[in-house]
Amino acid sequence: MAKARSPALSPVQAWWLIATGIAVAAPLVPHIPPWLTIAAGLALLWRTALAWQRKPLPPRWLLVLLVAAGCAGVLWQFRTLFGQNPGVALLILLLALKYLEARTIRDGLAVVFLAFFLALAQFFYSQVIPAAIASTLGVLVATATLLALADPRDPPLATLRRAGVMLLQALPLMLLLFVLFPRVQGPLWALPRDANSARTGLSDTMAPGSISELSQSDAIAFRARFPDGVPPQRQLYWRGPVLSDFDGRAWRPLGEKPQPRLPYTEPDAGGIDYEIIIEPHNRHWLFALELPGATTAAMLATHDYQLLATEPLATRRRLAMRSYPAFHAGSDEDATVRRRAMFLPEGSNPRIRALAAQWRAQARNDDDVLLAAQTFFLRQRLLYTLMPPLLGEQTADEFLFDTKQGFCEHFANAFAVAMRTAGIPARVVTGYQGGELNPVDGWLTVRQYDAHAWTEVWLPGRGWLRIDPTAISAPTRIDLNLAAAVPASDPLPLLMRVDLAWLRDIRFRWDAVTNAWNQWVLGYSPARQRDLLRRLGMREPDWRSMTATLAVLAGLALLALTAWTLRQRRRRDPVLALWERFSHRLGRRGLARRPDEGPHDYAARIATALPQAAADMRAIADLYARLRYGPATTGVGTGLDELRRRMASFAP
Amino acid sequence: MRAPDPNTSMDGVIAAASRVILGKDHQLRLALACLLARGHLLIEDLPGVGKTTLAHVLAQLLGLNFQRIQFTSDMLPADILGVSIYDRDSSAFNFHPGPIFAQVVLADEINRATPKTQSALLEAMEERQVTAEGQTRPLPAPFFVIATQNPQYQIGTFPLPESQLDRFLMRIELGYPDRAAERELLAGADRREVLAGMAPCLSPAELLAHQESVRRVHVSDALIDYVQALVAHTRESADWQAGLSPRAALALLASARAWAWLADRDHVLPEDIQAILPGVAGHRLRPAGDAPATGSVARLIEAVPIP
Repeated sequence: MAKARSPALSPVQAWWLIATGIAVAAPLVPHIPPWLTIAAGLALLWRTALAWQRKPLPPRWLLVLLVAAGCAGVLWQFRTLFGQNPGVALLILLLALKYLEARTIRDGLAVVFLAFFLALAQFFYSQVIPAAIASTLGVLVATATLLALADPRDPPLATLRRAGVMLLQALPLMLLLFVLFPRVQGPLWALPRDANSARTGLSDTMAPGSISELSQSDAIAFRARFPDGVPPQRQLYWRGPVLSDFDGRAWRPLGEKPQPRLPYTEPDAGGIDYEIIIEPHNRHWLFALELPGATTAAMLATHDYQLLATEPLATRRRLAMRSYPAFHAGSDEDATVRRRAMFLPEGSNPRIRALAAQWRAQARNDDDVLLAAQTFFLRQRLLYTLMPPLLGEQTADEFLFDTKQGFCEHFANAFAVAMRTAGIPARVVTGYQGGELNPVDGWLTVRQYDAHAWTEVWLPGRGWLRIDPTAISAPTRIDLNLAAAVPASDPLPLLMRVDLAWLRDIRFRWDAVTNAWNQWVLGYSPARQRDLLRRLGMREPDWRSMTATLAVLAGLALLALTAWTLRQRRRRDPVLALWERFSHRLGRRGLARRPDEGPHDYAARIATALPQAAADMRAIADLYARLRYGPATTGVGTGLDELRRRMASFAP
Repeated sequence: MRAPDPNTSMDGVIAAASRVILGKDHQLRLALACLLARGHLLIEDLPGVGKTTLAHVLAQLLGLNFQRIQFTSDMLPADILGVSIYDRDSSAFNFHPGPIFAQVVLADEINRATPKTQSALLEAMEERQVTAEGQTRPLPAPFFVIATQNPQYQIGTFPLPESQLDRFLMRIELGYPDRAAERELLAGADRREVLAGMAPCLSPAELLAHQESVRRVHVSDALIDYVQALVAHTRESADWQAGLSPRAALALLASARAWAWLADRDHVLPEDIQAILPGVAGHRLRPAGDAPATGSVARLIEAVPIP
């Protein structure tokens, strides 16, 4: 027997395939090498030209050559053929070349299945809403192409519409799978290099200029929601890395081993509960309002009151928190810690050192020194700006006495140095200050440009107190935001521009949608899945019971569909039901009626097979045909009884 | 139940005709069904397989007057419809009816004529009247056109477009006779003599009455379901360029009624539909792509279960 050949692609089908390729590959263009984009584009153009002129496709040997060349190119680019990027590049290459040998419907199907996979590949790079939309569009076009491969006669729009309806019909099953399919912890495609690329965010050292860089980024650092209302802006100090070691220019953390317990006892009252969703930044740091309350099992606390995660945050993390804004800790601080918090390198900042000696001489206690320093900062008329002049060796001196322009890290640095020269333990705290309340969904969004640095001083009997020297010179930074505090000529990220009200409105809405997406789609973690299922009444939701439930529900859905289809078929007359049962009975002897076999044809066949029953069979078929196809006057009631009787007594 | 006599007379027609057209009972029956359903018949086959004889036989046996038009490429519409000629005696134009004014018209090798001439015939077929020189003249009843057509790969033909193929209720192929039939043909008497000696089995009035009773053959809902399923399948499947039209569905029912009547039944069965389906649907369905044309109706029957 000759091998069955798949029918050739019609021009319309070829166009559909080309559209599918473009729809799924276009969003991947930023992630593949440019030469590959050009090569794939050329291959598609070539195929398009051939489809246009209805010319034959290139010969096989040329394709083999092209595949070899493409693979060599990928190998040269990535030094390997394995892994995410080379894998995607290879897929695109092979898809593009497959077009050049797609002759039959079968080839077309191969292209479409590859396209479905490529539509998924986008999520290796980004899982934001636009990526999901692009991927859905790709799937839509690919589905429409499947339809066109089956029947190319419909106009393109009708095909697209039908594909859309089919995808909508698949939605319930998709939701079922989404909710019930056992979740895998961590990113789906845990490949090296992917998660560890550099991201904007705070660092664990602070030198002049390190935070003002962040002020240009409107990337989101984290989001927070306060069920009992957002505290006043001036209380929103989100504590990040605490820096106590100073080498004359840069501040670094002490680097002590974090503990699972807080170094202080939580107060009984004055707590604020809130929820926080931190964007991944590949560090251990968590951000919490000062001062944070009890940690959960997955959190650690440093000796200087910073909360840490046990693992670097490679994925978005959602945490329930409690903080005590009015609480100060550390009145019983270690002498070693206090000593380290007073260390300054030799010869550091002589001018401020001389001034501090003066304050100390005139003061009765540390409080007086603190007041004198704050007064001095105020009198110096320091300018808060995003574009401070460069500083030399003695950063605090030069900022306070010469340039008098700085960003928050200049203020914090200078104040901490001044305090240390005056003999008061002081350290720099970095983190974020403020945030923007989204009126649409009530979440507070904290972006990289909200990054801030302030100081903490230790006073005997009171512990560590927060002093924000920026607030002394630029109170609007704390009360409002960065944009209100810096001079109008400073460059600001587009999103901070207060004059674009409509833009802000759109941004708020988009933010709310993104946040919901993050929480409910991307943030649907194993833990959330367990929670949801527990709330739905499943007692111990592990992957086994989830799979079982999934199988049962999917089975039930299919059963319901089948039942519905059967019901549609069952609405028919009893004569047909008798006839089908009769045919089924004969089917046990291998003599079932073919679906397209009429009663007389069937009777003739049975008569040949079972000559002894030929007459009976003919009578039954005649009666059936008359009842079902004859005029209604034949008398259905009695005829039906007779048919039943004859069929019952039919014994070949 | 109907009285048996019309039926026996039709059986007689078939029995008599098969003495001339040997071994082609099924085609004869289809041709009769076509006539009874008031349709026109297109016979497509190679020259010399008996197309013309079939037309002759039918006309002779049914007692109908017969005209044969041999189509050629230089033929004009007036050669078929008729022409007005000035009569010097009466000083007026007299209409001389063309060969189409007959009860059975054999349009031989219709695809040799130009489209203009073809369409003149086809219009007359459809409307059962001829309009010439501002005057409309009805064609006789019954009116039955049997057109023959050589396969289109023959040189010098104007193939009928689909819209005109649709005017024919059925298209049948005769095919070569089988071995035994051909031997009888070669060894036996001259068919022309046999034909000439045949007496009509039926009067035109009887035929008209039969046509009327064919229309009363019962079609049940279940059968209409089947016809709709068939038609829907041709429209949804990718095997054909376009599906069957409602007119084609009506043609199916009309032909199946005639077929059932010929089988002495007062109702139509799915088998009747299946029997006439190749004749009725074959020329109305054009396969899509490079799907083979032959057997496409058989595939249609197989694909659609009887509801």
